[in-house]
Amino acid sequence: MKNVLIATAMVAAMTANAAAEDIKIGLILGFTGPIESLTPGMADGAELAWKEVSDSGLLLDGSKIVSVRADSTCIDAAAATTAAERLITSDKVVAIMGADCSGVTTAIANNAAVPNGVVMVSPSATSPALSTIDDKDHFFRTAPSDARQGEVLADVVMGKGIKEVAVTYTNNDYGKGLAESFASSYEKLGGEISISAAHEDGKADYSAEVAALDAAGGDALVVLGYLDQGGKGIIQGAIDAGSYEQFVLADGMIGQSLIDAIGEDLEGTIGTLPGSESDSARNFITYGQSAGVDVDGPFRPESYDAGALIALAMQAAGSTDRAAIQANMIDVANAPGVEIHAGQLDYGLFLLKNGVGINYVGATNVEFLPNGDIPGSYKELVVEGGKFETVTVR
Amino acid sequence: MTEWLNPLVLMANFVLVPGLVYGAQLALGALGITLVFGILRFSNFAHGDTMAFGTMITILMTWLLQSWGVSLGPLPTALLALPIGIFLTILFLLATDRLVYRHYRDVRAKPITFLMASIGIMFMMNGLIRFIIGPGEQIFLDGDRFLMKAREFKKLTGLDEGLGIRTSQVLTVVVAVVLVILLFWFLQRTKTGKAMRAYSDNETLARLSGIDPERVVKITWIIAAGLAAIAGVLYGLDKSFKPFTYFQLLLPMFAAAIVGGLGKPIGAIVGGFIIAFSEVMLTYAYKKVGRYLLPEEWQPDGLLQLLSTDYKFAISFVILVVVLLVRPTGIFKGKVV
Repeated sequence: MKNVLIATAMVAAMTANAAAEDIKIGLILGFTGPIESLTPGMADGAELAWKEVSDSGLLLDGSKIVSVRADSTCIDAAAATTAAERLITSDKVVAIMGADCSGVTTAIANNAAVPNGVVMVSPSATSPALSTIDDKDHFFRTAPSDARQGEVLADVVMGKGIKEVAVTYTNNDYGKGLAESFASSYEKLGGEISISAAHEDGKADYSAEVAALDAAGGDALVVLGYLDQGGKGIIQGAIDAGSYEQFVLADGMIGQSLIDAIGEDLEGTIGTLPGSESDSARNFITYGQSAGVDVDGPFRPESYDAGALIALAMQAAGSTDRAAIQANMIDVANAPGVEIHAGQLDYGLFLLKNGVGINYVGATNVEFLPNGDIPGSYKELVVEGGKFETVTVR
Repeated sequence: MTEWLNPLVLMANFVLVPGLVYGAQLALGALGITLVFGILRFSNFAHGDTMAFGTMITILMTWLLQSWGVSLGPLPTALLALPIGIFLTILFLLATDRLVYRHYRDVRAKPITFLMASIGIMFMMNGLIRFIIGPGEQIFLDGDRFLMKAREFKKLTGLDEGLGIRTSQVLTVVVAVVLVILLFWFLQRTKTGKAMRAYSDNETLARLSGIDPERVVKITWIIAAGLAAIAGVLYGLDKSFKPFTYFQLLLPMFAAAIVGGLGKPIGAIVGGFIIAFSEVMLTYAYKKVGRYLLPEEWQPDGLLQLLSTDYKFAISFVILVVVLLVRPTGIFKGKVV
């Protein structure tokens, strides 16, 4: 008799799944480490989406999403894996939004998320290598792979008539992947690369790195790093030493703080950044302002989308089961269906609840490829009058 | 003429000036370490964070002054804020001595106990600094950035190579020279300085001749705090302030102090420049210099770089290990760790 009672209680507890509850989603970003200045804004972006979902009261009969933050450190794969393990096994999160840097993201996917069948959506890991990891369709990202950015960047540089460049990249999976894809595209177009040198982030002084880049020579310096880290240091050093005047930047380097720090010597610098001047992007920024969250920053729209997609997939699945979420990720993101923009998550939840398919557009025009990547468009930028101005969208 | 001047200017721009400035910064830091070791007989691991602490206070004061609209014209405002930075750093070090190190002196603890205590203080300061100013990078240089821009130099001389000299670089070297002269005058000529040297040479004898050990210790901390705050601010003005890089400075500074001979102020200075120039010269790519000096057919394809710049820290580490193995007393016959 007692056993029957316990069994009944357990069944009751399990079926209570369908009723309102607190759903834990992991949020793993590098809150310490080389991109610690970017991650708080990114986390706010994702949590904005979750707040929107929770406040709507429509998610799985009024469930609320609880964000469980963890530190990916951006660089320490072991620490990141441990943090993700903790999220998965002890906090029992249903899915993970993150990680941020490509190296730790790969480690978490291979060692923690995929073996446990947990979906991961990274808003910012852009290494081409992540397209081909054996993820059993559990890894998604809302930022495009750098294989594409390398091509676009090479096109932009060639378009300026620059035939020889020196390349420096941040010494991690992101920098290396981007440098390789840039080099192969640029050389295919007939360009010459005088040196491709890595730099470490977080140093105070980059005069030695600049000296090597200066010795190699070239018409422009391509900097594939982070704007509040080594990338900025290299540019400052090159200007101080008078060795380069034309700079070429990739997405990690784009931000107003770079121009504010360097000043007018940066005029004429060219670069690329994922995204478009589309209505969705502008719409998202206005929406963020109305919600009182500053979302106009690198990878914040991508983070919002990553967070939103997890919630929508959960609603489409009608459960918080990890496998069910995984099965619905692509469905909610891709056509056909009703287009859902940033700030309309409640509408999306409502449609899904009533069995109507949606096509999540979000802040960055999300559309997943079969391998969980997004094709992505890039803005070609130039620094003019102390600001990054968009030349065209490619 | 120009075929000799161009490579010379090139070397000055990328090796001589950065090496000199970095060397001066390391020397000031190593002086503090060596003084503490000479008097208190332990390796103070908290010295990098002491530098960060002094710099942090100076940065906060600089912001305050800037918000009042105070400026020094072409010179950085931080120079005005520096005295307060030094003062608070002195108070902080005296407080740690009073609360921590004095206890271990009273119980006559072994040097290793002091060292571990200093590591504890290091971690505490690490946290405190991150708590107050955050882990991020702070740039607090204002005034004129350049004394001479590389582009202007090219125009002025008509050479192909430029030589850029920044205000902060000149400031660093001038301040370092003045401080070193003052310090040596103090140690050699004043009664207190002589007492310090006596205490460093032979503690028991110094006590017997009536030298008050607590006073010597106090003055040592005051000087170390002053040197640390100044070295930190100069480094921050010249490069940038970030708590983590200050912590990392410990290695080259210790290497400098040990190479020169622990406890020997002159050794710390020489050691600072040895470490700085080894780092700069071994990682410099000599390709462009070769282009000027070598005949056409000898032109190298490679960068002519002995070590990648990634190995900068490894260089000070290797020097440190070699010196400890071959000549543990350092160049100027200091104490053995």
